Amino acid sequence: MLKDFAKRIGYDDPLEIYLSRIESLLLSDYKITKRAIAILLLQEDNEMLDRIKDKEKERAEEILKVIQEAKAHYSHPLSYIISLRRQKETNRISQAVMSFKKAGKVSFSERLSKIMMNPLTGGPILLAVLYYGLYKFVGTFGAGVLVDFLEDKVFGNYVNPFVTNLVSAAIPLKIIQDLLAGEYGVITLGVRYAFAIILPIVATFFFAFAIVEDTGYLPRLAMLVDQLFKKIGLSGRAVIPLVLGFGCDTMATMVTRTLPTKRERIIATLLLALAIPCSAQMGVILALLEGRPLGLIIWLGVIFLVFLIAGYLASKIMPGELPTFYMEIPPLRLPQFSNIFRKTASRLNWYFWEILPLFLFASVLIWLGQITGIFNFLVKILEYPIGWIGLPPQAAIAFLFGFFRRDYGAAGLYDLKKAGLLSGNQLIISCITITLFLPCIAQLLMNVKERGLRMGIAISIFILFFSFSIGYAVNLILTLLNLQL
Amino acid sequence: MLSEQAEEILEALWIQTEEQGAKPLDLGASRDEPAVEELVNLGFIRRDLGHIHLLEKGKSHAAGCVRRHRLAERLLVDVFDIKKRIIDEVSCKFEHLLHKGLEDNVCTLLGHPKSCPHGKSIPPGKCCSLKKDKRLLKIIAPLSELRAKDRGQISYLQAKDKTQMHKLIAIGALPGVSITLMQRFPSCVFKIGQSQFAVDKELASAIYVRLTR
Repeated sequence: MLKDFAKRIGYDDPLEIYLSRIESLLLSDYKITKRAIAILLLQEDNEMLDRIKDKEKERAEEILKVIQEAKAHYSHPLSYIISLRRQKETNRISQAVMSFKKAGKVSFSERLSKIMMNPLTGGPILLAVLYYGLYKFVGTFGAGVLVDFLEDKVFGNYVNPFVTNLVSAAIPLKIIQDLLAGEYGVITLGVRYAFAIILPIVATFFFAFAIVEDTGYLPRLAMLVDQLFKKIGLSGRAVIPLVLGFGCDTMATMVTRTLPTKRERIIATLLLALAIPCSAQMGVILALLEGRPLGLIIWLGVIFLVFLIAGYLASKIMPGELPTFYMEIPPLRLPQFSNIFRKTASRLNWYFWEILPLFLFASVLIWLGQITGIFNFLVKILEYPIGWIGLPPQAAIAFLFGFFRRDYGAAGLYDLKKAGLLSGNQLIISCITITLFLPCIAQLLMNVKERGLRMGIAISIFILFFSFSIGYAVNLILTLLNLQL
Repeated sequence: MLSEQAEEILEALWIQTEEQGAKPLDLGASRDEPAVEELVNLGFIRRDLGHIHLLEKGKSHAAGCVRRHRLAERLLVDVFDIKKRIIDEVSCKFEHLLHKGLEDNVCTLLGHPKSCPHGKSIPPGKCCSLKKDKRLLKIIAPLSELRAKDRGQISYLQAKDKTQMHKLIAIGALPGVSITLMQRFPSCVFKIGQSQFAVDKELASAIYVRLTR
């Protein structure tokens, strides 16, 4: 029944002849009609071409010949010819069954949509979205209120003392005690960071992101920034992985798959690793720079500048075709809360089970590094560049741990700040450097997985040098200007 | 329809008598041309001794011939970018193709020009008096050159390569489809059917639209 119906879209005679010639050459079973396969083949669908080469063996040669003949017959690409015919058929059907009311007044959502896409009013809207969505909701509420409650109250008062007591009572060996409940213990550090810091921050971010996503704001933002993004070798479409990077760079790196060219994917991966702080890291950095609005502005300014400069240079260096931008702009909609909750929950679920093992693994690595003395050695090496950028040697530990989780590093700095070991200048320099510094181990693995071993390592080495150079430069400028912030 | 020779004769006659106010045309060597006979039979011209005179009935036809010739020159120079030196021989052939509706479409496409590339005036046609707003009304233009709120039908795609063509097909920007440009900065936003799309300037310049107003 459906098969008969599908056949009714007839093409013009020559094309029908080519189709039937291809159909007669298809002898294997494909589970879908031979006509459908023949149409895909004429449109040069790569996947289908591979499949017939595999399945039809010697007949594939002949099929390719028919395709070439068909192509030679038309002056336009066959996919174009076929699309035109389908368009005609679609119009015929829709005209028979659809009628449109004459457009009435301009609706509120259309007006709002216009305001969002106007470069003059779109900028303030973006700032408002970032301020309320990212700074207020994720930063102040998620990274502030929720983290304080979970970390200080729940873990500080109940979980950690309980676990420490339990472990020291049950296990006599000091080494095992340290592994589970020491300063960098699997439970006292790994589980605590995962549940008390990462979970609330990432949860609030995914929640805010889901709301923004469901309203249809992102394509409008993409359309606004396209020209700017072209300067850094990307198209407006890249705004989605980059914004997602503010939540989790690892996840965002995976989402760079949606970018159409390899060049764009590499540039986006680099920028995510270098200049986009994830929500966990940002939460801690906001806490670090709390009460220092000037410091926050300098941090933001330097990171944004690095983002533009690195993107610009990458777009100059990277070969490959220039990006094009095209995107559907869906109508603005009021998000449905059930959808948002479901989306947040499923993302969180995926994310959390992906990162929790990494956290625990990182804790074990730190423990191993500690007892074998490798860490002390690495920390000693790191102390040199740390000293060059004007930071106290204790910060080296934070930077090393920063590699295992970016936010570990920032949280380590937080402990230093609490202990009063960092001056205002040092605080700003360390925030800038650790934001730019090597991505966390999860993102490094993702970079290698998505971009290949060579590119993944090249990006890491570049970032290692670049981040310290920027830290050095900022320190130099502050010293030369004799500024104390 | 008039033969090409007859049109040439009318043209020459009109230029000489109407535009330059000179004496009627000396037939000279073309005395025995069948085209002259053709025009006489139609009552467009009168022949006496060695000369031909343009009659009232032939005037509008003659003006039309001149108009088409000069429009053809404009088209070749402005749109096809042909060197002025050679336009005469090309436009002499071209003008005979610009009949009926075609003539006014070309005139509109060119924005109702008042003079030919040599600076001579182009006799106005019906379409010229119909035009309402002052700005040049082009018939077909790439989407990237339209103004916001302009609408029309996609007449053809001029993609630079296969991937660009596929992107346009994926959007559904196909010839015959109605399209409205909604915004052109910072990216082009247009409406096809009930859907809106944003594209960059490069992609927009591959979509050629026949304007409707």
